[in-house]
Amino acid sequence: MIQPLHLLGFLGQASPASSSGCTIAPGGFRVDGFCTDPGSLHIPVAYRSIIPVLVLTIGALVMLALSAVLPKRARPGLWPALTALVGAFSLAGAVWQWYDLGTAGAAQPTIGGQIFYDRFSVLFLILISIAVIFGALSADSYLRREGLDGIEAYILMLMSAIGAMLMAQSGSLIMLFLGLEIMSIALYVMAAYHRRRTQSGEAGLKYFILGSFSSALFLYGVALIYGATGSVEFGLIGNFLTGNVIANNGVLLGGMALVIVGLGFKVAAVPFHYWTPDVYQGSPTPFTGYMAAVAKAAGFAGLFRVLTQALGTQQANWRPIIWLMAVLTLGIGSVMAIAQKDLKRMMAYSSISQAGYVLVGLQAASATGTSGALFYLFTYIFVIVGTFAVIGLLQGRGEARSDLGVIRGLGRRQPLLAGVMLVFLLAQAGVPFTSGFLAKFYVIQAAVQRGQYWLAVIAMLAAAIAAFFYLRIALLMYSSDPAEPGPLPVDVPPADAGVLTLGLEPIASLDLETTLVIDPPSRGPVPVPLAVGAVLAVSAAFTIAAGVSSFAIDFAKQATTLF
Amino acid sequence: MNVPSAWYLILAAVLFGIGATGLLVRRNVLVMFMCIELMLNAVNLTFVTFARMLNDVGGQVDVFFVLVVAAAEVVVGLSIIVAMFRRRAAATADDIHGLKG
Amino acid sequence: MDWAVYLVGAAMILTGALGVILLRNPVHCALMLVFTMFGIFLEFINQGADFLAAVQIIVYAGAVVILFLFVIMFLGVDRKEAIGAERLRFQRPLAILLGLVALVEILALSRVDHWVSGAPAQSGALKGAGSNVAKLGQSLYTGYLLPFEMTAALLVIAVVAAVVMSRRHQPSAGEMSPAAQKELRESHQSALSASDPSLAGRLEAPSE
Repeated sequence: MIQPLHLLGFLGQASPASSSGCTIAPGGFRVDGFCTDPGSLHIPVAYRSIIPVLVLTIGALVMLALSAVLPKRARPGLWPALTALVGAFSLAGAVWQWYDLGTAGAAQPTIGGQIFYDRFSVLFLILISIAVIFGALSADSYLRREGLDGIEAYILMLMSAIGAMLMAQSGSLIMLFLGLEIMSIALYVMAAYHRRRTQSGEAGLKYFILGSFSSALFLYGVALIYGATGSVEFGLIGNFLTGNVIANNGVLLGGMALVIVGLGFKVAAVPFHYWTPDVYQGSPTPFTGYMAAVAKAAGFAGLFRVLTQALGTQQANWRPIIWLMAVLTLGIGSVMAIAQKDLKRMMAYSSISQAGYVLVGLQAASATGTSGALFYLFTYIFVIVGTFAVIGLLQGRGEARSDLGVIRGLGRRQPLLAGVMLVFLLAQAGVPFTSGFLAKFYVIQAAVQRGQYWLAVIAMLAAAIAAFFYLRIALLMYSSDPAEPGPLPVDVPPADAGVLTLGLEPIASLDLETTLVIDPPSRGPVPVPLAVGAVLAVSAAFTIAAGVSSFAIDFAKQATTLF
Repeated sequence: MNVPSAWYLILAAVLFGIGATGLLVRRNVLVMFMCIELMLNAVNLTFVTFARMLNDVGGQVDVFFVLVVAAAEVVVGLSIIVAMFRRRAAATADDIHGLKG
Repeated sequence: MDWAVYLVGAAMILTGALGVILLRNPVHCALMLVFTMFGIFLEFINQGADFLAAVQIIVYAGAVVILFLFVIMFLGVDRKEAIGAERLRFQRPLAILLGLVALVEILALSRVDHWVSGAPAQSGALKGAGSNVAKLGQSLYTGYLLPFEMTAALLVIAVVAAVVMSRRHQPSAGEMSPAAQKELRESHQSALSASDPSLAGRLEAPSE
């Protein structure tokens, strides 16, 4: 007998507390501690736990419906404004969730055990909502300059945000995998979005092939963990591993390693970082900033959930792996960034090295480390979205230039823009009175608390090396001589282009539709659109505010509900 | 006589290994993409085998999601490939038109 | 009987997989992929996953491989790959090393008989009364309700992506400044006249 779907628990908290006393009837299922009867489709749905996801989904669908009824050339700026509005509603929903949850502690799985409703995930929901708002506002002027405006980019942005939110909230490996794919597939398209730039297509293709490869590895890991523990839900895996000691744990460890590889790819941790420089360089610049913020945050949210909630008992096995990844990421990211001549490539390596600090917080496997890592991720999105927004403004039409010369003399031409960029650079370098300093301080403190002095020393050394190239950009901005720009590097393929081929080279045709308009930036000041200016102002203000006051770290500490 | 479940798992592992190796060896994006499909199929076989061994319906449901994701991935991946390599086709068509004068 | 089906399926899977990675012509690779799919189908049947076996054939052999073949034909790349060219120097040894590591790993695993150590039937029993489809359906609409709903997002992305990537862009006059249009036109003319003087006049009057 099939019963209709009951929408019990509408805006009410599901109460899975009774799960222990529940035995499954033959042919029935266990759902959130409720035992369903055979043939029953009864499931309590706690809608309050998925408000931001619902807002983004409904917003995206309404926008798609609107685009079908509105005239083809709707008002410019309509779609980014709507996207930012949807992001703002989602942000409001997430903030409401934060207060709804209160300080009451441990994570509760809801909706069939597939997601968690806790402050840890709400921090990421807030973060991703802000990234959507900033991403939409900073992409608008870029897309119009490149003749790419339209609704599709914003739909993809909202969809990837949905995936990222599901990853952050995920309560099972399958939900994590699905969120990962929703986010990644949308990001592949966004990377390839600049159809007339060969580099953009290559970035999308490279991201796609390597991303799918890492997803397959991740999925095999999921299958192995499922075999070893009998479930894909974090809570059940954790319970099983607490209650049972597996004598031959090769399958479990293999699965764990593959899951770490898959998520390590998403957060661009060394040695799974090879895609990052090419993809960051080739993608449309504002999308690069969005991608760097959202994919990294969601990937780390997934890593934290899997490693602490599901595999918390296996700390002795995964901490050395993460330790090694952290050291490699810090070292290689910082050193490689120095050698780069392209701003976007340099920022790609810089973002790799920043991931290293979050890994330091993760491998500490403590409350201090987690809140440090959360603080790091939360403050980093303001910095990275802002940095790429500035680069996007300076590049000129068709992304004509992104070499270091483009920023030379910016301090003289546009002191305000240069000042904002300086704040971002100093924050990434970890200079005091910026959020970057406190972020690095907290994760290194967590390592010291666990007695890992060597790791702390390595992290500080890496920060010193990295400071060199951030300061080099800063000095370049304020160097007095805006030298005559050399011959423009026009549509140069990335260093190892042609690695992926179909046996034929993609060539630009002479056809009017597919030709890229390349218009180098003028020597004078570049116009700063209002929306981008607002994003930059808010980001810079937040970066300084989080560096001098303690509100952000208090926020991160309250969100540390995993321990 | 029943086949021991480990045989299925080893078969899946071999298939996964072949797919991964192929992805690293081949340079044709379409074939690389097919290798990813091989890997996903290996995962499906592993899930189904574990589901049978554990007498758990969850493993079979997981295969559904792998299938959906694989289908969406194919659509997106192939459309990126087409967008990237169609330019060449367009140029060829132009050349033919040009020769006719 | 069990063994016979298993062995036939395994032979098909391995032949197909090796075919995909060894054959030079992408069309042959795609056909070999179908071969592997049918092998997987047999192994699913052999393990009682009837419904998934059917879905496997419909989705993979019926849709995915057809899409592959369509793209291969559309792009006209149904010819041999110039293997050996444009290969990264260290890639082949790396791949062979990886293959060896995987082989050793599998041999080691085959000696272990402890693949499964988990608690059984955590989300519902697979065996027992009721059909396979009914059990899958019930699990899908209860425990897996949220992931099931969210696959809709995946399909929306696939639609939007196909539209974005396959649409030809037509820059309207409003999108480009007059100077940019003029510049673009001139650059086309010079490029065209450089390649073929007889074409030089064709872009004189652009359609705006």
